[in-house]
Amino acid sequence: MNAVSTKPAAAPAVVSRPVLAALPKPSRIVPIIAQVVPPLMVLALLGLGWEYLASGPNATLPPPSKVWVDARDLIVDPFFDRGGLDKGLFWHLLASLQRVALGFALSAVVGVALGMLIGSSPFCMRGLDPIFQVLRTVPPLAWLPLSLAAFREAQPSAIFVIFITAIWPIIINTAVGVLNVPQDYRNVAAVIRLRGLAFFWKIVLPAAAPYIFTGLKIGIGLSWLAIIAAEMLIGGVGIGFFIWDAWNSSNLSDIIVALIYVGLVGFMLDKVVALAGRIATRGTQAS
Amino acid sequence: MHPFLDITKLSIAFPKSPLPVLREVDLKIERGEYVAVIGHSGCGKSTLLNVVAGLLPATAGGVLLEGREISGPGPDRAVVFQNHSLLPWLTCYENVKLAVDQTLKGEMNKQQRHDWVLENLALVHMTAAKDKRPNEISGGMKQRIGIARALAMRPKVLLLDEPFGALDALTRAHLQDQVMEIHARLKTTVIMITHDVDEAVLLSDRIVMLTNGPNATVGEILTVDLERPRDRLKLAADPRFVAARTAVLEFLHSRHANPALQAA
Repeated sequence: MNAVSTKPAAAPAVVSRPVLAALPKPSRIVPIIAQVVPPLMVLALLGLGWEYLASGPNATLPPPSKVWVDARDLIVDPFFDRGGLDKGLFWHLLASLQRVALGFALSAVVGVALGMLIGSSPFCMRGLDPIFQVLRTVPPLAWLPLSLAAFREAQPSAIFVIFITAIWPIIINTAVGVLNVPQDYRNVAAVIRLRGLAFFWKIVLPAAAPYIFTGLKIGIGLSWLAIIAAEMLIGGVGIGFFIWDAWNSSNLSDIIVALIYVGLVGFMLDKVVALAGRIATRGTQAS
Repeated sequence: MHPFLDITKLSIAFPKSPLPVLREVDLKIERGEYVAVIGHSGCGKSTLLNVVAGLLPATAGGVLLEGREISGPGPDRAVVFQNHSLLPWLTCYENVKLAVDQTLKGEMNKQQRHDWVLENLALVHMTAAKDKRPNEISGGMKQRIGIARALAMRPKVLLLDEPFGALDALTRAHLQDQVMEIHARLKTTVIMITHDVDEAVLLSDRIVMLTNGPNATVGEILTVDLERPRDRLKLAADPRFVAARTAVLEFLHSRHANPALQAA
């Protein structure tokens, strides 16, 4: 039967093998150093350049050394709270993050649902896609006056701005993901008669997951961009208003510290969504 | 008495092309038979299989399975796709389990379905890799999971769409032996699309040769009169095997040579 079994067994090999020299173990620290050293070097160079450029008598912006002196409290203790708006950066960032979390969560739920709808129904696609394509080009802040008029309160207005900013890439990417579910998977589903909600849940959602997470990643980035601008206008606790407030009291050093924090938090948000995406879509890439 | 699977005057045309892909294909298949469909690329072999699977509608004529007209896909005609079509986010076990849960829910309880999945994985010798995902196993292994998934649906007809086309020669031979073994054990009715002459002769009871498309139809049907089990090594020199092989080659390369190659 089996082609191999009809052959006579080969005589056991008695050839002595030369002893292989142990290979040197690859170092684990060297690659880490190679990763960490270049950005540190560039950072140091940029700092030095900045210090040099901002130290002249006509400089309009403070050099790093002055930022350190001016904003020492802010840098060293992000957790202080002296009541009112006089809080550490942590509290401002937390307030902004809460708004983003709420607005983004809403837009994720609504966006994925709408994306699924227009991705799977040609009628909805034709009806809604042109409207979405126009609305998505409206800048986030342009929604703020309208939402202030509608909600008559700062907090829900800011959340609405986040929602409306983040939702477009989520809708569009989800729809593209649904449209791109390979015909092979649809055939498999057809043969085992997987239909309706089960088909959506077991085939469409996992197959579209990489696209959905691309949309979410773009969405969270835009939310963070929008919240800073929105908070400058609505006031209250939040990193956006903190920056605006510092500008009004000419605390340029505070602004620089806040910008660094804003950048770091935005970077972190991006990484968190990317990580969630990697966990949720493991295995779906490449087959 | 109806034949088990009855393809009658089947024509398939696509909206945009002036000529039908297949024209008046007639084919009767008995229960337990292993039939290979062979022809040049573009002759509509896969289209024929997709119609039997119910994934494509027939333009004219029709397909009867046990006297009943086929209308739409179903687990009684399980397909092993050329590119395996495993769901990459599920493990091998889960891929088979999804099909079993979906198709045999009424007949088996949870424990029985679990055992049935394992039994089918064992049938294709994939028990060891059951918890791996498709992108962690080789092409041949993926195809074996595809076969296990199809068999686990307990199909009346097993449809193989060039199942070994994307595999290297050694893996292909190994899988062919396994399919022969499974066919001998389960007596499943099989329709296999292929463009490999040796594969067709080695595995099938009958070989259906299609003429060139468009407007392709059944050119000739060759009965392979070789007793089973078949051994590829012994058969290589068997005059009956050689004769069958020559007949198919002669059909494909002399009487119905590939039009694309002829023009070149």
